[in-house]
Amino acid sequence: MINAIINGIQIQVEQGTTILDAAKKANIKIPTLCKHPDLDPTAACGICIVKIKGSDKMARSCCTEIEEGMDITTHDAEITAIRRTVLELILSNHPNACLTCIRNQNCELQSIAAEFGIAEEPFEKILSEEKIDESIKTIVLEPEKCIKCGRCVQACQDMQNVWALSFVNRGIKTKIAPAAEFKLAESPCVSCGQCSAYCPVGSIYEYDETSTVWNALNDPSKYCVAQIAPAVRVAIGESFGMESGELATGKLYSLLKRMGFKAVFDTNFGADVTIVEEATEFVKRLRGGEGILPLISSCCPGWVDFMEKFHSDMIPNFSTCKSPHEILATLAKTYYAQKTNIPASDIFMASIMPCIAKKFEVHRSKEMYASGNQDVDVSITTRELVKMIKQTGIDFAALTDSEPDHILADYSGGGTIFGVTGGVMEAGLRTINYLITGKNLEKFDLKDVRGLKGVKEADIRIGEHDLKVAVAHGLGNVEYLMNKIRAARETGQNPPYHFIEAMACPGGCIGGGGQPRNVNDAVRNLRINGLYADDKNCKHRNCHDNPQIKQLYKEFLGEPGGTKSQELLHLYYRKREEYKSYRETDFLF
Amino acid sequence: MTFYTPIPDELKEYIDKWKLKKGSLIMILRSVQDYYGYVPKKICFSLAKELKAPLARIYEVLTFYNYFKTESPGKYKIAVCMGTACYLKGAAAIIKAIEDKLDIKESQATKDGLFSLENVRCIGCCGIAPNMRINEKIYGKLNKERVSEILDEYINLNAGVSSSQEPPIL
Repeated sequence: MINAIINGIQIQVEQGTTILDAAKKANIKIPTLCKHPDLDPTAACGICIVKIKGSDKMARSCCTEIEEGMDITTHDAEITAIRRTVLELILSNHPNACLTCIRNQNCELQSIAAEFGIAEEPFEKILSEEKIDESIKTIVLEPEKCIKCGRCVQACQDMQNVWALSFVNRGIKTKIAPAAEFKLAESPCVSCGQCSAYCPVGSIYEYDETSTVWNALNDPSKYCVAQIAPAVRVAIGESFGMESGELATGKLYSLLKRMGFKAVFDTNFGADVTIVEEATEFVKRLRGGEGILPLISSCCPGWVDFMEKFHSDMIPNFSTCKSPHEILATLAKTYYAQKTNIPASDIFMASIMPCIAKKFEVHRSKEMYASGNQDVDVSITTRELVKMIKQTGIDFAALTDSEPDHILADYSGGGTIFGVTGGVMEAGLRTINYLITGKNLEKFDLKDVRGLKGVKEADIRIGEHDLKVAVAHGLGNVEYLMNKIRAARETGQNPPYHFIEAMACPGGCIGGGGQPRNVNDAVRNLRINGLYADDKNCKHRNCHDNPQIKQLYKEFLGEPGGTKSQELLHLYYRKREEYKSYRETDFLF
Repeated sequence: MTFYTPIPDELKEYIDKWKLKKGSLIMILRSVQDYYGYVPKKICFSLAKELKAPLARIYEVLTFYNYFKTESPGKYKIAVCMGTACYLKGAAAIIKAIEDKLDIKESQATKDGLFSLENVRCIGCCGIAPNMRINEKIYGKLNKERVSEILDEYINLNAGVSSSQEPPIL
């Protein structure tokens, strides 16, 4: 333990603690701007400087470890004056466009400027002349607002291993952009959106499609329907003063009905179908039918895009199942349309997702038009829905619960845990167990695949089979599993795993790039607990036990993995170049 | 569309020697620039593959150092001195005059490949500031008019000659 003094207060902290974290022990908040709890300090901004007795230089507290006997001052007139100057310099490169900025009232720079009571701008304004890049139509880069904190670069390079974003040039000419003057759409970007989740200002954000939704809702010829992803229900409340992880499923159903959606479905239902299809596919492969092992999950569009660009040798291992929201949308425009006699071409499907990559997925390939129309018409993020709610004037937190349209909404516990890392694996194993043994698991909770560890491995015995499974979240963690499979393949050994789940975002969808911001592991855990609690409270824990799913197969699809399922609910993959001349349109039809 | 291009043998030999040593990206990029006069984009793609490094990492280094050029330089490389003396004597206006006359910006080459422009630190001729260098020749005591005359001389020298020279690669 280290003993030190901060502002005259004696503290004791573990060795390796930064001054910034140590100060929290003494209930002192050192102001920060570039530092994020998830990321390594970059020491880019210089707001967090402190004085250390005996040193004539000030130190950046985010990246300076506290040492035995240090006597630190975090606040005095001189320090505050320097911090203020640093802020004024940052503001001199930042436009005064707060009123029209997507981050208005939700901006870390705006907040800190308010905290410091910045009232004038003593320095000449020098703004970047770099143009907005919205080529990819999922994420928007607005370089003029960038404060060069480098969080997005860390997220894109170190956390996600995508390397679409990088520091280009240096000094005042520094910009954050893809290499070699490529546009984002031509770069390796997989639209995971983690850059936008970490951006402290309005420089990186989701491609806003709220007006598409409003226009559809105002168009009397459209029959608007909506679906909500599992992870949305445990996060959206944060934007309305509710606790992280507090379940808002019933409120969301009420809200969407009030907004004018004629039917409200639940993506969890789609997740149940995904599991029934994917588990069937797995058991076929395990029993030596078509396809090879390990089976790799395919419900995360960021991961799918990443695989096609960086690990295309794994295409034969990929599950051909579509993601839950695509499955649900296809069923809405076929099964539901038939049952209700509503022409599929009149149905407008809006997906509300924690995810930015879904915006790309909805038109990624011809299978996304399986119903004959584009299955999902628009996919908006949780953050976009928050914005829409604020425009409606509805008091979200005070809404009472209501019922969805059960035919495509009732879900099992297995469906709801799709939103967390390990959830697809757990739900999958529950059904795989049933398919192999004919019985349901006695203990549903598979603790080995839960939690925030980057890579989780487990051995599970089902019937005759000893199954090795692995779960990775955050694209940077996937590499390890892929290399292990490759190594075994090259040396002619048996595959090291039978089943792999991969999710692009840390924590799974609950930590998605389109979720409310200011996320760290504490918030992720609360959201995760929310979904596991939902699972526990579900009448049916297994996807295959959901009565609506049974009905669906009986009335419409026939057998899991059968002809109709293959036609509507499965898709195929192909290798993509990391850098290219725009999204290939020839892939569509 | 593929961006990859084979690396010339001479360069390949050098790259193989250095690629296993951590931290030698700068060495390798220097050798590429020595070979071509700049660092072509197609070679960067091949380098990324060869070094198993993301293209973004290569460009982060490439664009950080002023030394590295990502565009083919012109036949005549104009270097305007922005050292203290020249700066005070109005080097910025000299650069502006060249930019206007040739319709290029700093670090760019003219479309016909005749000129390229960069600013450099002191070239050691402070007595005749502000000055510039075109290839190896120094021009001092410059003003807007003088700059225009000098450039015209080079332009006339190349009139009649097919000036659209192919860059070394791409």
